[in-house]
Amino acid sequence: MTRITVTVDGVKYTDDVEPRTLLVHYLRQNLGKTGTLVGCDTSNCGACTVHLDGHSVKSCNMLAVQADGHEVTTIEGLASDGQLHPMQLAFNDCHALQCGYCTPGMIMQACDLLKDNPDPSEQEIREGLEGNLCRCTGYHNIVRAVQEAAVTMREGGATTDSTAPAQAVTA
Amino acid sequence: MTITENQAPAHEIGRARRRKEDARLITGRSRYTDSITLPGMLHLAMVRSPFAHATIRSISTEAAKAAPGVVSVVTGADIADIQGVNINAWPITTDQVTPTHLPVAIEHVAFAGEIVAVVVARSEAEARDAVELVDVDYDELPVVLDAREALKDEVLAHPDLGTNKSAFWQLDSAAQGSGGDVDEAIEKARTDGILIEREYRQQRLVPGFMEPRSVVVDPTGDQLTVWSATQVPHILRFAIAATMGIPESKLRVIAPDVGGGFGGKLQTTPEEFATIALARRLGKPCKFTETRSEAFVTGHHGRDQYQKLTMAATTDGMITGFKVELIADLGAYVAIVGGGVPVLGAWMFNGIYKIPAYQFNCTTVLTNKPWVDAYRGAGRPEAAFGIERMMDELAGEVGADPLEIREKNWIKHEEFPFTTVSGMTYDSGNYEAATARAKELFDYDGLRREQAERRERNDPVQLGIGVSTFTEMCGLAPSRILGSLNYGAGGWEHASVRMLATGTVEVVTGISPHGQGHVTGFSQIVADRLGVPFEDVEILHGDTAIAPKGMDTYGSRSLVVGGEAVVRAADKVIEKAKVIAAHLLEASADDIEFSGGRFGVKGTDKGLGIAEIAAATFTGHNLPDGIEPSLDADATFDPVNFSFPHGTHLCAMEVDTETGAATMRKYACVDDVGVIINPLLVEGQVHGGLVQGIAQALWEGAVYDENGTLVTGSFVDYTLPSAADTISFITDTTVSPSTTNSLGTKGVGEAGTIASTPAVVNAIVDALRPMGIHDIEMPCTPERVWRAIQGASSRSVDETQRDAAPHFEADQPNQDPSATTGGAK
Ligand code: FES
Ligand code: FES
Repeated sequence: MTRITVTVDGVKYTDDVEPRTLLVHYLRQNLGKTGTLVGCDTSNCGACTVHLDGHSVKSCNMLAVQADGHEVTTIEGLASDGQLHPMQLAFNDCHALQCGYCTPGMIMQACDLLKDNPDPSEQEIREGLEGNLCRCTGYHNIVRAVQEAAVTMREGGATTDSTAPAQAVTA
Repeated sequence: MTITENQAPAHEIGRARRRKEDARLITGRSRYTDSITLPGMLHLAMVRSPFAHATIRSISTEAAKAAPGVVSVVTGADIADIQGVNINAWPITTDQVTPTHLPVAIEHVAFAGEIVAVVVARSEAEARDAVELVDVDYDELPVVLDAREALKDEVLAHPDLGTNKSAFWQLDSAAQGSGGDVDEAIEKARTDGILIEREYRQQRLVPGFMEPRSVVVDPTGDQLTVWSATQVPHILRFAIAATMGIPESKLRVIAPDVGGGFGGKLQTTPEEFATIALARRLGKPCKFTETRSEAFVTGHHGRDQYQKLTMAATTDGMITGFKVELIADLGAYVAIVGGGVPVLGAWMFNGIYKIPAYQFNCTTVLTNKPWVDAYRGAGRPEAAFGIERMMDELAGEVGADPLEIREKNWIKHEEFPFTTVSGMTYDSGNYEAATARAKELFDYDGLRREQAERRERNDPVQLGIGVSTFTEMCGLAPSRILGSLNYGAGGWEHASVRMLATGTVEVVTGISPHGQGHVTGFSQIVADRLGVPFEDVEILHGDTAIAPKGMDTYGSRSLVVGGEAVVRAADKVIEKAKVIAAHLLEASADDIEFSGGRFGVKGTDKGLGIAEIAAATFTGHNLPDGIEPSLDADATFDPVNFSFPHGTHLCAMEVDTETGAATMRKYACVDDVGVIINPLLVEGQVHGGLVQGIAQALWEGAVYDENGTLVTGSFVDYTLPSAADTISFITDTTVSPSTTNSLGTKGVGEAGTIASTPAVVNAIVDALRPMGIHDIEMPCTPERVWRAIQGASSRSVDETQRDAAPHFEADQPNQDPSATTGGAK
């Protein structure tokens, strides 16, 4: 067992973990952060994507001990002050999810993409999401959602269409 | 675009409502099965056969039992009396050969990945570690992996059965009186018409839902509770009760959030049965979650057919007969509807066309590969591919535009309802309108001009335009028809509508959504029907304790059959409320009219809202004599016919003749799925479907080596498309309301997948047809395209000497010299 201290979604945790424990299993099993999902065992699907110190990583592809001393943000910590992140709102507004299994990873990856490139072209969005698989949406609406979120975030405000996302927050 | 105008736009129906489901899913408040943890829960890991065919000599579990954290290790023999059996619910013939499928094999394994022992431990990691310590001694047996090979019965997948042939099923239009004699039509075409003979390969596909399957079983309550990543909680409950000796009333099955299915979770699995058996034996909650690698090798696969197609036509391109001969690989076991899936094609190979004579033959075959069952479209994509590829071949023979040749043969919009040569009555449709709109959106004429120019100047990158004017049958299914086909269950659907005291509404449905958005769509339907706000409607599903009756979600049935049940239950609520409203308003029930959520007295301004009636019913203080204090109502709807959506899909592919790379340039489709409840959901279903169909055409395929080991067993080798592989689509709809249900809906879940595969392959072949190429086997990888081009240029074809069309030679596989044989031998 190795002792690690990790800040996850703003809360500091100190735990003893087996050295072989993957970060994703630590998040899901030790912390109950089941919003982050596992879709494969070869680091190909991106369902497990979280932010480590603000940048996206596949949490199935690193050990919990490697997160020691770092800050992790999962899909559960993306909204702030009860306000959904513009990317979450855009995914709802553009119908960019169906079964929702790829969604946490896809949203975390999309946020990272816009951090590096706030005004991406369609091709840049598609390439930026290449490591995240979705079997439901055909990606069309995911691309739309990232475009919509990019506009919102560049304008630095709330989304233009607030009707439905508002319900999404409270439902 | 609306063609018929008899559906006045209602308040909610037709609105692009954002999904109610999303709120949880975009914030990580999801509850997929693997996220469920119960006190004292144990974890299972499976010991699986590495061999595709073997007898089990002995299994030594001692070392595993001694490993840290291990609670139990069992073999199939240890749980023989309690493990149940995986059933086939649709024996397509009464003499179908159906091998017994034990969840944990006891003596014999018939595919690589079959479970031979189960480890139970305190943690998943400990269980998986101990799997390595189970020592199994096998006697390897020869394998048979290719369906055509299997038919020779030289190597048997199950030696005790004496044959690999599972069943033969035929539909003959002359015999059933729905058309002429196909062999006569073929003979006539051989002498004075056009005869096109082709063999196509439908490669084996992996459904690839993103959530691996998982099951949690809690034996500690009065009822045994099973959570499973399944599309079919009700069918699963039935199968457990029927085979495991657990009374149905003692079983509760829950499908919580389910991460996609596409048919791949329309199954009752060995893993579910093994987990139930162990949880009962140990008296502890147990969980099993598969790894993605396990999903690849043990989940059921889709397609895997050889199609031998013969089309007879007049020299000007009128079809006179169509004969279909299928060999369908079932894998090692006949899955729950395994044999029936290819048979569903029987009514669909004739497509949207008026074909005078037709015959469908299907031979199902056992091999030493994983079982095959429903995958998005299930039998219908295979059929649409066959007929739509053949229509392009016919156009090529006649020298006509592929859309013109289709129009010449298709059912005209004024001819509906139309009974086809296979005996189905198509409810409604307008192929002309969908095609006209698709051509416009696609710029068909402009792209044809560009194609001609590129051909003219010998551009190394050629442009191909692919057409697919598909139809499908949705709304599975009228119970009587299922009965006549020897299917083991009905096709009805059930709903309850409950008016709560405070005026909100609970709707219980027997369908089991796993991404489709039914909670949103059904809320819209009920909001309109009862005149209540969309937000006030709650849709409950996927738990047999909450929704005890249901037939679940597959086959584009949920809206068409399940939605109609909801409508009928809501209408019963209104009828019950009307009686109470009349009493409270001191009017005759005949004078009460219901509209917009309000019961009014004709000719007056007196009235009461449905919420007021609900409150009055709840208190029960002032109800008419003999009326029960409840507005709640149930309905079970059994459809009388299928619905037949259709669409025109147009695809432009650029084919680099130097490298073989085929790149999608443009894709436009216009689907007619009947009345649309929510255009956003329809679009989403079309997009996702398109990419799955396109992926079959271009990238996906399960490939086995000669030992029966899956070579494409991970996302590294089995290439699910990513965002970077795909393009944005142009989609639109036309509306021909269905006549089979009161909402006029038709179903959309599988449309994109069914339509797109032939559109893409037709486009690639269209680009290369001037080179004498008329088929590329799927997936159309650059290598296959390149080989086809090389083969064509080395063939020195003398066009004037060429036969009108190549003809079959006995026992030869795909005779297109360009086609390579599939990896899945
Ligand atoms: S779980 Fe698939 S990449 Fe991490
Ligand atoms: S929404 Fe289902 S996998 Fe993306």
